[in-house]
Amino acid sequence: MTATWLIARRELSAYLRTMSGYVIAAVVLFVDGILFNVRAMGSQQDRLSTEVLSEFFFNSSGLTMAAAVFLSMRLLAEERQNGSMVLLASSPVREREIVLGKFFSAFIFLTLMTLAGVFMPMLILVNGKLSFGHVAVGYLGLLLLGSAALAIGTLGSTLARSQLLAAIISGSLVVCLIVVWMVGTVTERPLNDVFFALALWGRHFPPFQAGILNLRDVVYYLAVTYFALFVSIRVLEARRWR
Amino acid sequence: MIEVDKLCKYFGERAAIRDLSFAIAKGEVVGFLGLNGAGKTTTLRILGCLLLPTSGTVRVDGLEVTQNPYEIRGKIGFLPDLPPLYPEMTVGAYLAFAARLRQVPARETAARVTEAEDRTALRDMHGEVIGELSHGYRQRVGLAQAIVHKPALLILDEPSAGLDPAQIVEMRNLLHGLRGEHTVLISSHFLTEISQTCDRLLVIHNGELVGQGSEGELATAMGQGGGSIEVEVRGQPVGLAERMAELPLVSKAHGRFTAENTTVFDIVAGADVRADVARLLVGAGCDLLRLERSESRLESIFMNLTQHPSGGPQ
Repeated sequence: MTATWLIARRELSAYLRTMSGYVIAAVVLFVDGILFNVRAMGSQQDRLSTEVLSEFFFNSSGLTMAAAVFLSMRLLAEERQNGSMVLLASSPVREREIVLGKFFSAFIFLTLMTLAGVFMPMLILVNGKLSFGHVAVGYLGLLLLGSAALAIGTLGSTLARSQLLAAIISGSLVVCLIVVWMVGTVTERPLNDVFFALALWGRHFPPFQAGILNLRDVVYYLAVTYFALFVSIRVLEARRWR
Repeated sequence: MIEVDKLCKYFGERAAIRDLSFAIAKGEVVGFLGLNGAGKTTTLRILGCLLLPTSGTVRVDGLEVTQNPYEIRGKIGFLPDLPPLYPEMTVGAYLAFAARLRQVPARETAARVTEAEDRTALRDMHGEVIGELSHGYRQRVGLAQAIVHKPALLILDEPSAGLDPAQIVEMRNLLHGLRGEHTVLISSHFLTEISQTCDRLLVIHNGELVGQGSEGELATAMGQGGGSIEVEVRGQPVGLAERMAELPLVSKAHGRFTAENTTVFDIVAGADVRADVARLLVGAGCDLLRLERSESRLESIFMNLTQHPSGGPQ
């Protein structure tokens, strides 16, 4: 077993052995359920299944980003806070294995948590038809968005000394990447194209929400994930100088 | 095992270590002494490849720390002043994780964990959750993670910090048990522990090495080969202080009568003269009640080196 999977497995068991993972999952699923019942299913007007699904993925995307920030805040900041980082740093383990192991554990937990809510779109079958392709693309979008937000959270956790500070840094970065889309709406071309292209949600998630799979959006989320993890690894390596 | 040459480490403008040079041979148990902020922990963290030096060379088992950090980390066991523990894990699971991180093959992990638990008297705690253990047990778990992969070099930073007197004795016994199998570098504020555990001492002050050698070598170099001896005999023997003062290497002997009908002699000598004094007293027919060093020699050496840093041998 590689060091990455050793670390990922230990981290995953930490999510399952402590309250934090359960609390985050419970809150996200509870709020997602409420929103699904009230906003997606509970509308007075008759709606098409695809509109209900779109509303569900819209709500879930916000919750996924919030969950990613809270799940990732402990990844490296907690290790520094507890002094346990020394175990990893004094072992024959490379910084990239530490960062990837931490990231994969959080991503696996986020995936399990996201898939635990799959019964909600299935409820549409009770009164209507369901496009399984739309469901699959929507969930792919949620996982890609979650992956990008988790990678940003991992970077925040690498930079911070405490979990609270990590959550603040990660949350701020995620919010900045969301509102950059709004900046695009009030600027001229070609600058607004740059802002739209950078936006974490505004341009790249709505197609997934509508069940449309664009390679451009998949590449964007993978690129954000790669870039944030790359910077996290560099930050961790640079720490040996301090 | 360790070769340090002109090591410097700066944090911004502040020099934590300056031109530090020393060598440690395989199998040696070396004590690293210094006041708080002297640069001990920084040096240990560089040796453990947790920090990079600003300049100078550091070799562990022939490998340079800046060139081969991953290979070196596989050869060392590191116990920082705060043990690096995961409170939610059990002792056994934690040690197995530490062993696997240090590239112990999966089929050997259970045996290595059992061995480390046996050596640190943790066998009964195998299934206990670390977060529920006392400070002493946590310190032992920290030591167990450092030895679980049988490293060639053990780096222990304040292994007895925060322990009560009974736990300090236990830790000292654990450290004694490590002799022979590992090269050990121990940093500690407990001079008794260092004195009883180590073959050789490195004394660091303000980031510079101010003395190195065995306790005896340091004492001799500082003119404290013997230090002070206190002797208590029954009654009030006449002329004994003068006879003691005539012994070779004794520079001063002075007696004082006590209310318990005993006489206490304070003897200052340039070497350890306890055997000569004992022979003299037996020959004079005195009832010897007590014969001991009146102060810790290491304490005296340490204070001298850190307050008058030019005095020690290099």
